[in-house]
Amino acid sequence: MRDEEGYCLGIESTADDFGVGIATFDGKIIANVNDVYIPEKGGIHPREASRHHAAVAGRVIAEALRRAGIKPKEISIIAFSQGPGLGPCLRVGATAARALAAYLGRPLVGVNHCIAHIEIGKMVSGARDPVTLYVSGGNTIVAAFEAGKYRVFGETLDIAVGNCLDVFAREAGLKPRVDKPLGAVVEELASRGKSFIPLPYTVKGMDLSFSGLLTAAISLLHEGRHPLEDICFSFQEIAFSMLTEVTERALAHTEKHEVLLTGGVAANKRLQSMLKVMCEEHGARFCVVPKEYATDNGAMIAWTGVLCYKHGITIPIERSYVKLKWRLDEVEVPWVEQSTI
Amino acid sequence: MGILIKKGAEASIYMEEWCGRKVIFKRRYPKKYRIPELDKILQIRRTKHEPQMIHKAKEAGVPTPIIFLVDLEEATIVMEFVEGVRIKEILNEISSEERVKICREIGKLVGKLHKNGIIHGDLTTSNMILTPHGSIVLIDFGLSEQSFEVEARGVDLHLMRRALASTHYKYVNECFNAVIEGYREIMGDDATMEVLDKIREIERRGRYVARR
Repeated sequence: MRDEEGYCLGIESTADDFGVGIATFDGKIIANVNDVYIPEKGGIHPREASRHHAAVAGRVIAEALRRAGIKPKEISIIAFSQGPGLGPCLRVGATAARALAAYLGRPLVGVNHCIAHIEIGKMVSGARDPVTLYVSGGNTIVAAFEAGKYRVFGETLDIAVGNCLDVFAREAGLKPRVDKPLGAVVEELASRGKSFIPLPYTVKGMDLSFSGLLTAAISLLHEGRHPLEDICFSFQEIAFSMLTEVTERALAHTEKHEVLLTGGVAANKRLQSMLKVMCEEHGARFCVVPKEYATDNGAMIAWTGVLCYKHGITIPIERSYVKLKWRLDEVEVPWVEQSTI
Repeated sequence: MGILIKKGAEASIYMEEWCGRKVIFKRRYPKKYRIPELDKILQIRRTKHEPQMIHKAKEAGVPTPIIFLVDLEEATIVMEFVEGVRIKEILNEISSEERVKICREIGKLVGKLHKNGIIHGDLTTSNMILTPHGSIVLIDFGLSEQSFEVEARGVDLHLMRRALASTHYKYVNECFNAVIEGYREIMGDDATMEVLDKIREIERRGRYVARR
């Protein structure tokens, strides 16, 4: 293992966020700057998002360096989010990273986005060997470390829970605000809901499916017989109970003692409270990643870049193509040690 | 309530005397994290689902416990206590010849389930009972589902191999090969080859890695 001091600059651009973070080799985050693409209407259009990223890339990188108070030549390694994600968006981050690495003559590290979420979560929460529930607009995964890799114990069979929430919210005519993404708007309405309306609850073993729930919730909206608050409430109760159930099964199966909640949906208070109750029953510690590091961000890429680099994992520029469907269980993580508890 | 014989993540299993018979009470717990309205729906659905799948298995010619009572209010199933020994307890103790015979029989039972669209979901040797008459009874359909997909069949058999590898590690290949022989008798060559390919694919995914 390499033992030296330095800085890693990490670039994240898998979806609607363009983020740049800087981490020191001993695990401090000294910059974390983000610029989010907000569509005028509808969901993320990959081409439009990539154009946004290309337009802001230079400014965000410069701002990260300014906040960290370092010069470009002080950077020791460049890391970028190599996948999974939207092709056009990933390529913007990859291009910027390659350019920096080539210009500065520094090693390049390709980081798996999902693993970066887990690693930054562990670092900021102090969790050592958790069962991770990673819930966002693009991913819904229950993973835990086992024999050299993070293993997927449960995942969505169709759409991600965040995507399910977003599509539902847009169908209901809700609009995101600068400080309030669609999921938070649904959460607020749900907190005023009173009566529960049964909707499809689909758990298969440790896997989940959200498409039936989405279709049924949209039909309810169009029927117009129920207050929107009640539909939001029921929708959340179903979706989050499903997530808690599979996390509980993974916890029981792996016999671990911590649960880590991360991703954009982690900010939801109702989801947090369900997982907390479940963890208490199992005597497990519950950790929520703070919003800055739970949503997509450059700091997580920078920190995971450090971990990779210290274990000799770098990638030559000519082989640094992006991997749109890169699963987290394909990646060796030599920096994680099997818990002996 | 009787003697607690197993406490799982979803339910507890008790043994007791009931109307002059030795029976099993399987009772599901409420989950505190869910609102009671939703919890009730799920408890009722799952309490109904298991006896239905047990019934389907019987139709497929697979021995399963007799269901005496399904109490939806209490989320409880009362069923026959199957006399005999769990395969888990004897498989390492018997001769190679007997082991192969038993595993081939298990493979035939799994084949009958799969052929009829039933995925057991928890094919461990603790969930198989050898009766004094020499027949094998499958129990615990709590995780079962209906599917004709190769993926589901592959996962079912893969989990079984993993269970064999942890409890009967010395004989895992001998046992699993015999299971597949029996499976092939029911499912035929093509479906068996297809499922074996799927198992290899599932293993490569590395998702169901064995705990050591």
